[in-house]
Amino acid sequence: MTTIEWLLADSPSSRMQARLGRSYRVFNALLRNPLAVIGALIVLLLIVMAAFAPWFATHSPIAGELSERLAAPSAAHWLGTDELGRDIWSRVVYGSRITLLIVALVAVLAAPAGLLIGAISGYFGGWTDRVMMGITDIFLSMPKLILALAFVAALGPGIENAIIAIAITSWPAYARIARAETLTIRNSEFIQAVQLQGASAARIIGRHILPLCSSSMIIRVTLDMAGIILTAAGLGFLGLGAQPPLPEWGAMISRGRAFILDQWWVATMPGFAIVIVSLGFCLLGDGLRDVLDPKQGGKQ
Amino acid sequence: MSAPLLDVANLRVTFPTLQGPIEVVRGISFTVGRERLGIVGESGSGKSMTGRAILRLVRSPGIVTADRLRLGDTGLLTATDAEMRTIRGRRISMIMQDPKFSLNPVMTIGAQIGEALTVHEKLPRRDVRRRVLEMLDAVRIRDPERVFSLYPHEVSGGMGQRVMIAMMLIPEPDLLIADEPTSALDVSVRTQVLQIIDDLITQKGMGLIFISHDLNLVSRFCDRILVMYGGQIVEECQAGKLDEAVHPYTRGLLASVPKLNETRAELPVLDRTSWSQA
Amino acid sequence: MIFARPASACQARLFVGEAKRLSVETEIVATKQPVRGRKSRHRIALSLGAFVVTVALTFLGLLAITFFIGRIVPIDPVLAVVGDRAPQAVYERVREEMGLDRPLVVQFASYVGDVVRGDLGTSVSTQRPVVEDLVRVFPATLEMATIGIVFGVLLGVPMGVWAASRQGSALDQAIRVVGLLGYSIPAFWLGLVGLAVFYARLQWVSGPGRLDIYYDGLVPPVTGLMLVDSLIAGDTDIFMNAVWHLVLPASILGFFSLAYIARMTRSFMLDQLNQEYVTTARVKGLSERAVIWRHAFRPILVPLITVIGLSYAGLLEGSVMIETVFSWPGIGNYLTNALLNADMNAVLGATLVIGAVFIGINKLSDVLYRVLDPRARG
Repeated sequence: MTTIEWLLADSPSSRMQARLGRSYRVFNALLRNPLAVIGALIVLLLIVMAAFAPWFATHSPIAGELSERLAAPSAAHWLGTDELGRDIWSRVVYGSRITLLIVALVAVLAAPAGLLIGAISGYFGGWTDRVMMGITDIFLSMPKLILALAFVAALGPGIENAIIAIAITSWPAYARIARAETLTIRNSEFIQAVQLQGASAARIIGRHILPLCSSSMIIRVTLDMAGIILTAAGLGFLGLGAQPPLPEWGAMISRGRAFILDQWWVATMPGFAIVIVSLGFCLLGDGLRDVLDPKQGGKQ
Repeated sequence: MSAPLLDVANLRVTFPTLQGPIEVVRGISFTVGRERLGIVGESGSGKSMTGRAILRLVRSPGIVTADRLRLGDTGLLTATDAEMRTIRGRRISMIMQDPKFSLNPVMTIGAQIGEALTVHEKLPRRDVRRRVLEMLDAVRIRDPERVFSLYPHEVSGGMGQRVMIAMMLIPEPDLLIADEPTSALDVSVRTQVLQIIDDLITQKGMGLIFISHDLNLVSRFCDRILVMYGGQIVEECQAGKLDEAVHPYTRGLLASVPKLNETRAELPVLDRTSWSQA
Repeated sequence: MIFARPASACQARLFVGEAKRLSVETEIVATKQPVRGRKSRHRIALSLGAFVVTVALTFLGLLAITFFIGRIVPIDPVLAVVGDRAPQAVYERVREEMGLDRPLVVQFASYVGDVVRGDLGTSVSTQRPVVEDLVRVFPATLEMATIGIVFGVLLGVPMGVWAASRQGSALDQAIRVVGLLGYSIPAFWLGLVGLAVFYARLQWVSGPGRLDIYYDGLVPPVTGLMLVDSLIAGDTDIFMNAVWHLVLPASILGFFSLAYIARMTRSFMLDQLNQEYVTTARVKGLSERAVIWRHAFRPILVPLITVIGLSYAGLLEGSVMIETVFSWPGIGNYLTNALLNADMNAVLGATLVIGAVFIGINKLSDVLYRVLDPRARG
């Protein structure tokens, strides 16, 4: 039996084999979707760039040469320099670390919180469900960006507060999804079997329900990444996110605003970085959804 | 039997999949005259796909090929899209399985039936209305005026299927394909719906292709039967001579039908290994 | 970020789902024509009551959130009034005067009372009541968002239908990418680039602001909508000037709603095109055009209204960034200025108003859904 036959076996003999087989199929299907491949490559590039920023950067992201301020893109400065003579390419490269940090932290904070709330709400039903979903719906019917802005205004500007504010406004969507998934799983026979074996609610939710929600969750989080990046950049643009001299992309655009007419590259280049990375997450998320959740194919 | 209405030779329907192309209809040939032809097979046997292929309604990426697919003098595979549109409805029409899904939920019944008529001929509004009401009456709907302005969700399944029949027969086609027309209906209204189909096609001298999984029903209702299995025709016989069937699949099917005047401990289960090819 | 689109998209689905469920319920009521009487009317009244309660609770939730945000400000509001070196007695007295010694519930109740009475406090930076400020700036936002949504609907709906009817084609892929760009481009950046290209370089449109400076204040504000006011005043010069100022920000805003609307339209259409009744329409011999527009498109009109409503609400929110870039004197600009000045009364007031409009439009499209669907009308 070759490895591929083993992976594609119709009746896997272990969980491990089933899991690997599924991953292999997903991976294969993704490869057949050119847009998803582009998306995956962009995301991969972002991660590599953030991890090895010093190798990619040609200059220091913080220290500039005033004699070379506002220089146009050239061989020495690929994307030009800003008003303090800092190399924009190097700042964009280091900025990828901030972007990655923000999306990772928001995902780590908001997704599990939403997942847990949704699963508990869906599993127990009744009043628990009504109260929890009531709160979720109230959050869901609020404008996200405005809410994040108000939170940051109250907490004070800064990258940590921006992350907290975005996380606070992101969890309700995940809670909704997790609840919907839980409702479809809750009454299935294997859950009843586990209940009969005397498993506690915590165990059922943790070991059986949450893992089954994970694929729709992964899709959703990936699709949301673009939104998170844009919100973070927006906060940075308004001066409420990452503070100078951090090379955050939104803040860089904000500084370049004054020179947009004559030195267009200062504001434009970090913008391209945002567009490319957000688009990468969108394409990847779209592709993942087509593969993992075919019935939702092409939806929203 | 008169000259055939529809002549099909070596019809194939292929779907490309990730594992290579899959043939769901594998080179079948038959003719239909002004008669009642039954096509029987289990789900996945390619019987519905055959019906859709005749109307050229197999959705991409499905590919239809045939040595011959002719309606009278018209080659259905070579006809342009515009020619095909004049054939659909006007010359070949199809009744689908479940009126719950096959009727447009946001158009009134009258508008939907009337549309089937006005696609093919320009008529004054009043004539359209009159003919729709006549047609509703012909499918034994008691209160055509009221039903005319109802939406599909407001009528029962049996009535919905009669509306479907009215819609498909109003342009007076030569050939009607009925794809499981009664399987979504209550047993109590099945006979009535079949009776209506039977009356109307006899009256108008049309050809009928009746697609079903129900061998009993087909043998009672049709003149001639094709049995399909795995995309191929495995048996062809006159309805009355079903007991002379030779193919093991047909024999197996017949054997699995319980009879009133017998005592068998268990009904035999189909053993597919003997005839199915890889 | 802008429009927090994934959330609204999800919401759209939830709302649509909810509305569908509700419409099924109504349908049951409606089809039982003969027994329709007091009982069903009672049920309708009940569901109406439940709806009103939901809306009220949502608004209360919004108030709770703004109230909560107002409390977590790390600056001690009493210290801000009395200064660092005030004696303890003065501090206590002011604290009492401001009502900050009372239990939170009481404070919240009095906050709700204030809001209901239309008192949102005074803005520190403009020295005027926040409500007055908001009434003054809101029409500018409304004008821009309305033109934006018109743009988005007129282009987005046909694009979505097109893409769905040629699923998998190059056109479909192109529209898909345009749609995704709407989720990936920062609005403020697109605004800046737009200004640099179309205003500075090509000079096709006018720059920031609602009017050129020398027209400022020449038109008496009646509705607050510049296009309407200039026509009322009968001044076509100013009208044209306003149009040229509005074109760029409104079409950039419209691009984002276009992306969302096209994407949703496409997915709704794909759903419909897979339905059996579409095959029925083809069997009848209808042209592809009639199949798409007369049959498949009609059932999606109602859910589309929900989507358009959500998108409109999203534009009111999204205008925050665009207004900042275009110095557009609307509510978004007001909000960001307040943010930068730490003017919390103004921030919370603007948040409250945008939130309320957002919720209002959400719920309104929900109601429209139920009123317009023939399956619900019965």
